[in-house]
Parts: sequence; C-alpha cells; structure tokens
Amino acid sequence: MASGEVKLIGSWASVFVMRARIALHLKFISYEFLQETYGSKSELLLKSNPVHKKMPVLIHSDKPVCESNIIVQYIDDVWNSSGPSILPSHPYDRAIARFWAAYIDDKWFISLRSILTAQGEEETKAFIAQVEERTELLEKAFIDCSKGKLFFNGDHIGYLDIALGSFLGWLRVVELDANHKFLDETKTPSLTKWAERFCNDPAVKPIMPEITKLAEFARKLFPKPQG
Amino acid sequence: MAERSEEVKLLGMWASPFSRRIEIALTIKGVPYEFSEQDITNKSALLLQLNPVHKMIPVLVHHGKPISESLVILEYIDDTWQNNPILPQDPYEKAMARFWAKFIDEQICVAAMKVVGKTGEEKDAAVEATRDLLKFLEKELVGKDFFGGKNLGFVDIVATLIAFWVMRTEEIVGVKVVPVEIFPEIHRWVKNLLANDVIKKCIPPEDEHLRYIKDRMVKLIIKPA
Repeated sequence: MASGEVKLIGSWASVFVMRARIALHLKFISYEFLQETYGSKSELLLKSNPVHKKMPVLIHSDKPVCESNIIVQYIDDVWNSSGPSILPSHPYDRAIARFWAAYIDDKWFISLRSILTAQGEEETKAFIAQVEERTELLEKAFIDCSKGKLFFNGDHIGYLDIALGSFLGWLRVVELDANHKFLDETKTPSLTKWAERFCNDPAVKPIMPEITKLAEFARKLFPKPQG
Repeated sequence: MAERSEEVKLLGMWASPFSRRIEIALTIKGVPYEFSEQDITNKSALLLQLNPVHKMIPVLVHHGKPISESLVILEYIDDTWQNNPILPQDPYEKAMARFWAKFIDEQICVAAMKVVGKTGEEKDAAVEATRDLLKFLEKELVGKDFFGGKNLGFVDIVATLIAFWVMRTEEIVGVKVVPVEIFPEIHRWVKNLLANDVIKKCIPPEDEHLRYIKDRMVKLIIKPA
C-alpha cells in the first residue's frame, strides 16, 4: 500500500496544496510536484477532480485523493509507520483537532479572505474585527490542545498545526495589505511563538512561500480598484 | 462498573438530519445514550456551555467531554467504539468516504436549501444545480446496495439528509428535485435504507416531520407549494 508512485497537483502559492506537501515531507515521501499554471486548469486536474476541479489532488498509484485535510489524513493512514503521527492518537484529541481544522476552513479563513475582497473601509473594518475575534479563539484552542507543549499536536507538528500553519504566509500578506497585525506578542502570545516554530520546522521551511512573492501574486488575484 | 448509558449524552433535535445521523451511528454501534431534546429557537444554557463556538446541535458528551460538528462526532464514534465499523478500513476507500460526506454537507445540502422559497426561473436553476451535484452520487451507487457497499456506512449515514429531508420535502417544496427517471439508483438506495432496522428506528416519523417542516416554512414566511 505504501509503495506506488506519488504525484501532487498543485501550486506554490496555495495554502491547501501546502498542507499536502507538509504531510508528504513529514513522512519522507518522494513525489512529483505537478504545478498548475495560473489562469488555466490542466487536463489531469480536471480528470482527477471532476467534482470540484480544484487543487490539491494527490495521485497515489494512479488513484486520486482530493480535499487537503482528507489528503493529509490519507497520507497519515497509508504511511503510518513512517515519520511522526500526524493525527493525535487519542480519539478525543483527534476530534478536537478535526473540530478546529473545520473551524479554520469554514469560519476563520472565510473572514480572512473577505478582507481581501471587501468593498470599502467599513466592510474591511468589520472583517478585520471578525478575524480578530476568531484568531482569539484559536489562541485559546492552542493553549488547550498543546497542553504546554510546542505545537497543537504536542512535541511535533500535526494535523491542526498543518491546517492553520499553512495559512501563515497568506496571513502575513493580509496583515500587510490591511495594515493590521492579527498575530502579535500581546494579543496572541502563544500563537505568535508557535507560528515562528512552525515556519522553521524542517518539513515546512523549504516550501513556505516568500512573502514578497506571495504579496505580488495576491495583487494579481485580488486587484485593487483604480483611483 | 458504571452504566454505559451514563457515559454518553446527545444534545439533539428530533427533526434535524445532523442530530439523527448521530443517533444512527450510536445505534449501529449498540451504544446506549441519553438523548436531550433541545429547543433550537431558544437555546439552553447547557447547549451554549457545551458548544460555545457554534451554539448548535448535535453535541455528543462522552465522559463529560463535549464534541461538536456532526462529521467530527461520527468519526469520534467510529474511533471510540470499534465494533461494526462505519468508515472503511482501506485508506483510499476511507478518503473517498470522507470526500463524499463533505460533498453532501457542503455542496448538496446548500444547493438543495436554495430551492426552498424560490419561484419560476430561479427555482428551476436551483433545481438543476442540485441535480447536477446529485448525479455524482447516482454514479457512486451503481452496483452497490449502499454507498458503503453491502452494508450501511459513513456516507449512507450522512446521505440520509438526501433520503429523508431533501426527498421527503419534495411535495412541500413543490418540485421533484430527485425524480426516479433521472435518479433510479438513488431511489433504489432509499428502498434499501427503508428496509434497514437501524434506519427505521432512527429517522423522524414521516407525518410529524412533514407537519413540522410546513410549519417552519410558514414561520419563516416561505409559502409551502
């Protein structure tokens, strides 16, 4: 099961693709990274993910797996004897990790992205307030989950670290764009320290995109109105 | 030895598909539980305390610890009680099961809700959009009794939302969103569900359910068809 060719359809800039890459790195899996061209979708992507037509898609022994958090769990399941465990071992801890990962995608990320697409100052301010509130919840979640250790998952990065940590590049881009810090030593001391540790983790560092490059890409994706 | 039933409590609501799916899972596993019916229009202090983030049912409480979000709860149940597995054992099949469950909740459920209260062209478009999504599930059922294969599994439990909410309310909504001519496999699957003892036990009684939905639609100032 653990043998077989591994390919990943994705892009250097995508948060969701990054999750899959971190998981593969944690498990020391070699894979072919098939980068999509911005603005078009490859035949392989459309064929491998006919339902959503989105990246990432992990192709393992020619079988496609879609949806970033599902891919991360798949990698953990298949390569369970390689590298550290990505999901916590206790069912309750797993449930909490899954709960917050879902919260990050369904609530936190949606507010964050809304800052980039907001029309006007009032709307932007409202979304900033929302992200502030939601980040505060994540600060508390970190304290609960980490139980005094370095990561949400304990001693090593895991599912929830990957779920949130993959956003750190984009979070920085939004902070610069909105001129507002969401992670800082006074408001979110635990998350701020965690973020630095996460970005320096050997499984993460080589693939975390450079902020200036990402900011440039963001300007392409979310152009500001003229004047 | 402590009574198993004291260990598991479910805060739910009788007409909610998300609550019912937890009851199905617990019943499949033979786990006794205490059910606490919640008034979602007037949320209890207990619910707000146990699910402060979303303030929604269902919430499962096990050994005094709360778990929220129905898909998270289903996985927790499967992780904790290993008899009668709900998720497939094979990692690829497991990934596919999770994929379809997410698809049902995030895509189909949302699309089907958009049909409600619409008229004319808007309604037609919402129906078409829902059907386009359902076609993926129709394909999945070919050659199988259930999404889980020979037995009920994770996707079947989640998809009861389609069988007993989307399809049941067709008369009220005034359009056959899931006609048998386009979706013979889904209809066959519903018959299989209705022959299953756990499903029969755990779904809301039809008449009462339809009355409740009509009533809610009126309250939300949506004209039932």
